[in-house]
Amino acid sequence: MATLPETVDGKGAEQKAPPGPGGLRPAGLTLLQPVVAGVCSPNQEEKPAAWITGSTDTEAGAVPGISTVLARADFLGHVRCRTSAYRNTYTVRPGVYAVGDPDRSSDVLVSANYKLSFDHLRRELGGLNLWILVIDTRGINVWCAAGKGTFGSDELIRRIALTRLEKIVDHRRLIVPQLAAPGVNGNRVRKATGFSVLFGPVYARDLPAYLRAGRVATPGMRTVRFPLIDRLILTPMEINPSLKKYPWFALLTLVIFGLQPSGIIFRDAWNGGLPFLLLGLVSVFSGALLTPVLLPFIPFRPFALKGWIAGIAATVLCTQTVPMLDPQGTILRLVAYLLFPMASSYIALQFTGSTTFTGMSGVRKELRIAIPVYVLSGVVSLLLLLIYKLGEWRLL
Amino acid sequence: MKYLANVTTIAVDDERCTGCGACMEVCPHAVIEVRERKAVIVDRDGCMECGACVNNCAFGALSVDKGVGCAAAIINSMVYGGEPSCDCSGDKKGSCC
Repeated sequence: MATLPETVDGKGAEQKAPPGPGGLRPAGLTLLQPVVAGVCSPNQEEKPAAWITGSTDTEAGAVPGISTVLARADFLGHVRCRTSAYRNTYTVRPGVYAVGDPDRSSDVLVSANYKLSFDHLRRELGGLNLWILVIDTRGINVWCAAGKGTFGSDELIRRIALTRLEKIVDHRRLIVPQLAAPGVNGNRVRKATGFSVLFGPVYARDLPAYLRAGRVATPGMRTVRFPLIDRLILTPMEINPSLKKYPWFALLTLVIFGLQPSGIIFRDAWNGGLPFLLLGLVSVFSGALLTPVLLPFIPFRPFALKGWIAGIAATVLCTQTVPMLDPQGTILRLVAYLLFPMASSYIALQFTGSTTFTGMSGVRKELRIAIPVYVLSGVVSLLLLLIYKLGEWRLL
Repeated sequence: MKYLANVTTIAVDDERCTGCGACMEVCPHAVIEVRERKAVIVDRDGCMECGACVNNCAFGALSVDKGVGCAAAIINSMVYGGEPSCDCSGDKKGSCC
């Protein structure tokens, strides 16, 4: 396989690699090579990532040791993942890594090769001696990859063979994140490799307690939650896609308001269109920020309805308190109250893809009702705007 | 937080269930409990149809219409065909989540 390893920035390992701490060899590609056979290009000159702190010799070759403390560069990477498409290339090379000073009896944790997931795991492991088996999930987090099957039995079985895990540890058990269960079938993995799959806790922060308890998870460790901070952290990637489409909406608005029998009048476009341009932004924020943040407090279960409620509240509040946002005339007000809460509803519906509790049957049901309503609202809005324009041109 | 009521497709086949509890262990929403050596759905509306239980039932006792609960994915599948999946970043190597 001549494909380049998947690493941070897609550039191979990071450039500023300090040598390992006292007495430890720096873990370069040659040291990684035996445990990730079949993934790396043998002639590729690389330096280790900054979070690699040394290496541990095993029967299967040298295994890179990793730090359990996140550096500033890691946090910066996380911010970029939460706000941009950077997350699509933020990866860790699949293979075995050592935490602390593991031996042949140490537990093996399995993780995804999305660096954000990997960092969330390693930062919880201070003071522990463990192995981490990073499998190739194409840089996708555990749960999403499990849903798609990339964090799945096949890849796990393949990675166990590639890394010769049986030569690194004497026991035959793997601790797999519970959220990998949609993709990993424990029975299949055991039959194919001899390794038993133990599903660990949902959250990495519960791992030390889980291990102390003798690899037993409490019911609390088995349940996924969706607190305010988790919802908030997802909102930039809800706002971004909507803002990318916003210029098209802005252009259409300016054309509609500027259009006169004599051509497009820029002053009319700006003066007439300004409330709509601003209310468009209000609907983006009510659908992509307000609705996710206030999710449990907005009544009704359908996201489309929650988004509409947030949208109508925001639209009414803005038009009634800020004169600049209040469209002139009954028809334009009608359009504003019809269109912008619907836009907020549509944007809020997209958040179903980011939550921890929405299922496909529910979203399908919402869409069956919501899409015709959106289309109808759009058509009625355009008709009302047409009536407004004909009135403005004194044709009605 | 609960999603829509009475829509999930999860079902247990009592004939096949041995009460081993594998499904209860992997469910992230505590939807299933084992009572009198049988898996029982105790919180149907809590099910998000992730398929973890079905995938890890050694006896084929569970069924669910597994899929992503994501509006963008479902709209994409309506427009372009195919099963709803997380490939919504445009480029097929990427992902939305």
